[in-house]
Amino acid sequence: MTAVHAGPDTGQGGAARPETLAAGLDEDARRWLEQARAEAAAQAPGWEPRFAEAGRRCGPADDARVLLLTAARPDPADLTRLYRQGTAAERRAVLLALPLLETDPAHGVPLVEDALRTNDTSLLAAALGDYAARHLQAHTWRHAVLKCLFTGVPVSRVAGLASRSRGDGELARMLRAYAAERTAAGRAVPDDLHHVLALTEEER
Amino acid sequence: MRIFDPHIHMTSRTTDDYEAMHAAGVRAIVEPAFWLGQPRTSPASFHDYFDSLLGWEPFRAAQYGITHHCTLALNPKEANDPRCAPVLDDLPRYLVKDQVVAVGEIGYDSMTPAEDTALEHQLQLAADHDLPALVHTPHRDKLAGLRRTLDAVAASALPAERVLLDHLNETTVEEAKDSGAWLGFSVYPDTKMDERRMVAVLREFGPEKVLVNSAADWGKSDPLKTRKVADAMLAAGFDEDDVDLVLWRNPVAFYSLSGRLRLTAPATGPTHEGNSILRGAPATGTAAHPVAAGA
Ligand SMILES: [Zn+2]
Repeated sequence: MTAVHAGPDTGQGGAARPETLAAGLDEDARRWLEQARAEAAAQAPGWEPRFAEAGRRCGPADDARVLLLTAARPDPADLTRLYRQGTAAERRAVLLALPLLETDPAHGVPLVEDALRTNDTSLLAAALGDYAARHLQAHTWRHAVLKCLFTGVPVSRVAGLASRSRGDGELARMLRAYAAERTAAGRAVPDDLHHVLALTEEER
Repeated sequence: MRIFDPHIHMTSRTTDDYEAMHAAGVRAIVEPAFWLGQPRTSPASFHDYFDSLLGWEPFRAAQYGITHHCTLALNPKEANDPRCAPVLDDLPRYLVKDQVVAVGEIGYDSMTPAEDTALEHQLQLAADHDLPALVHTPHRDKLAGLRRTLDAVAASALPAERVLLDHLNETTVEEAKDSGAWLGFSVYPDTKMDERRMVAVLREFGPEKVLVNSAADWGKSDPLKTRKVADAMLAAGFDEDDVDLVLWRNPVAFYSLSGRLRLTAPATGPTHEGNSILRGAPATGTAAHPVAAGA
């Protein structure tokens, strides 16, 4: 009677093709998703509740929710509302959908910045995809990388890490200062810090 | 021993509590929306609270290997404040969320007409959203409160079999049981029930459809009361299966009426390396605590 799903939400969705996604679902979930996607594409009034309930219909749901968003293509005001009124999982889906929806940075960046203010590591990771790599200001992006080191989000989850870090002297300074602080406190310096620091030292 | 605390207000508790609860065997909890001690003055204050029960608190719980679900509602006390009551209009958009496994806590505090209205309205919301309801029974004038609650449930679209009547005690258990509802007991230092009385009630009325919770919150309360009841049951001659029924299978069965209870661990297996961190499990040590569904 308990809804037991095949696995946990991966928190790594974003670009799964509908066929790939459907292949991992059972018959009921597949039918539900097909129907929900059609409602979303038609912008039928019931599509937003489908977005909310995707987790219990076809979890792991990040990919399914992103699929609904790309089908519905909500305007920036609706997208912002879906984020603000969403659970952590729904917010994650909105963040993952930003690059696919090619949301205007005037609307998308404030959502990324909101997620970067949280301490929920699944939101941080979802916020640091291609969209952030393309649109975040240098100061915000550097603090996001540092926050990954603080909260244990693997920097492998940061899109465009190598290209944005390369030759970034300010990021290098921040990383060295953090390493010094860790060392002074007798704490280990995370491997990821050395990795990013090496990237900053590559020539631009 | 696996423990499901079906009623605990973790927002008011520390990470030390989460750690101690996990060590005691708690693997799943439900956090009902309730009064914060300090009265709210607007629906916006409820929105932030509900968002926290759907976002930050499950993340915090997952870091300690505990699965977190919630019940949402306008609580009985604040149903009397006209500044808060409009949140009833916002509940439908919250009740569709995945981690919401019941409407609650609803019920009576002082048994006022405003409380009648909020209870009626929210029992209907539960029926409309295919959710069960967690119904708090009042601390003052308890038996009269229980009877009025049972009348409200009988007049509603929600069958008693989808209702958990909470904060029961020796004076209310019999009529509550006759109604066909699930029976909740809050074991709380000084007030409500204690372990010894809980065991006596289980002896007299049996473990069927009985749920035990700590109702721990910002008051003098103990998040390990569930475990203490389990130990008291074993000491009194109940067997492991009785304990598992009361402390795990009954709460799982009740909240599964929502169709939304997910007792999968926050992270499993090597294919999701790094993911345990992203979902909030500790980076080292026992990151995953798989929880088998018991019913
Ligand atoms: Zn409570």
